Amino acid sequence: MSKAKEYIIEKALFLSALITIFTTVGIILVLAIEAFAFFKEVSFFDFITDSQWTPLFSEKHFGILPLLAGTFLTTVIAITVALPIGMGISIYLSEYAPPSFRKIIKPLLELLAAVPTVVYGFFALMVVSPFLQKIIPELSGFNALSAGIVMGIMIIPFISSLSEDALHAVPKSLREAAYGMGSTRLQTVFRVTIPAASSGITASVILAVSRAIGETMIVTIAAGQMPGLTLNPLKPVQTITAYIVQVSSGDVPFGSLEHSTIFAAGISLFVLTFILNSISFWINKKYRIHYE
Amino acid sequence: MNNATKNRFKDKLLKYFGILCTVAGLIILIFFLVDIFMDGVQRIDWKFITSLPSRFPEKAGILTALMGTIWVFVLTSLIAIPIGVGAGIYLEEYRKKGILSNLLEINIANLAGVPSIIYGLLGLEVFVRILNFGGSLLAGSFTLALLILPIIIVATREAIRAVPKTIKEASFALGATQWQTISRQVLPASASSIITGIILALSRAVGETAPLIVIGALAYVPFVPKTPMDEFTVLPMQIFNWVSRPQHGFIINAAAAIVILLLLVFFMNGIAVYLRNKAQKKIEW
Repeated sequence: MSKAKEYIIEKALFLSALITIFTTVGIILVLAIEAFAFFKEVSFFDFITDSQWTPLFSEKHFGILPLLAGTFLTTVIAITVALPIGMGISIYLSEYAPPSFRKIIKPLLELLAAVPTVVYGFFALMVVSPFLQKIIPELSGFNALSAGIVMGIMIIPFISSLSEDALHAVPKSLREAAYGMGSTRLQTVFRVTIPAASSGITASVILAVSRAIGETMIVTIAAGQMPGLTLNPLKPVQTITAYIVQVSSGDVPFGSLEHSTIFAAGISLFVLTFILNSISFWINKKYRIHYE
Repeated sequence: MNNATKNRFKDKLLKYFGILCTVAGLIILIFFLVDIFMDGVQRIDWKFITSLPSRFPEKAGILTALMGTIWVFVLTSLIAIPIGVGAGIYLEEYRKKGILSNLLEINIANLAGVPSIIYGLLGLEVFVRILNFGGSLLAGSFTLALLILPIIIVATREAIRAVPKTIKEASFALGATQWQTISRQVLPASASSIITGIILALSRAVGETAPLIVIGALAYVPFVPKTPMDEFTVLPMQIFNWVSRPQHGFIINAAAAIVILLLLVFFMNGIAVYLRNKAQKKIEW
């Protein structure tokens, strides 16, 4: 009686775990099947080389490059903002700050990642863009710059928290050895602690990049809807994610070639983030130094 | 200046740079909250919360969006909590070493990194079209449940891992079965950490917009949903809709709705942090 119950419970729990596999298989199948329908009509070569993306116009071009350029541009801006600030925070909290301060500050900073992204989008469009326009008059109302900056603020906790965990995990004895040799904290940080924690730090940065690439609402609201092969941060751009939102919130009919473009865009996004996440996972697993 | 003083000076510099970064992060957060509160708070009154959407900004309210958010919160919890906690228990307590278990492990790590909009595409195909739920609450909740599943699983596993082995062994030694040990020893001991993870995951679901847009949730819903099969909107969708309009009145409405959404999200995060601290204090085996 009790044995049967144990068996049933184990199987039920196993099924729950299996749902995660179904999810992944589902994502891959959905994207692959719909993208396959798309690539029957549009050659893959055009998709990756055409410099225009105009599926919703009468003269259609299906080149993913402009969307990739928009995604790349906003991501680079975001990382440029988040990397120095995030690293500065993580070094300060793990090496300099008193532990009690660290305990209060960490959850507060993590609130930055808890704010819904639609709120950040509002902030980028209504506060950051008008402010930057006072400094740079030629800045468009929708632009890659403010979307990128605000996205950078959003991903600060990803870098600061995870890097801080990595730095914190470096054993005290390594630091003390460095101090014993007469190193200052700065020398210890850059020559001992950061090299020892480098796998964790790299993994956290890659994860942040992947997060920025997949981020949707900030770029949809603040970066505009104009796919263009440009790396000019002052102009409106469109990212892969923003394009999917544009089509989804419009009235493009299901099953049309125009509608299947979102799956082609989606599979590009999925492959991109999948590669980055795998690298991050792999670095963390393979290069993590285990201290006894 | 000799070498030692130079190095000490550089050391100080790094310290102040670190303080600057930390403070900058907090100041941006505070500035940004204050700014939105100033814009939005004047607009919030009982009428704003209990009015239906409207073409006129001064008449529009968030009733449908707020009710939609509550519906989504409840349905997503009902779907995601049992599956997520169940999967977490399985992976920590039952799993045998092997290819399948490694696959499960890598797979969950990867799912946690899949952009939310991709879950929207999955939901559109599977729940909206194949299962024919349409742009309903049910389709939205299933999509969000899948999205937050990895977060709940990871939190459950970490919480269970923190329970010392001796507790389990003592329970087994008394003749308890595996499930008795889990349900009477492991889960009670790890409950507050698991709940922390669940709340954080749900607060993420409450703030999500992109996957719901993709599955076809509507921005304008003039009625309060009554069943899980009804069409719906949620607070973030309503905010997105108002932000995209040119009239100033709607921007104020968006700010007001943001204040309410943030109160909700911060309240949830506050509970989570409180429970986490309590859990850390309590456990001294």
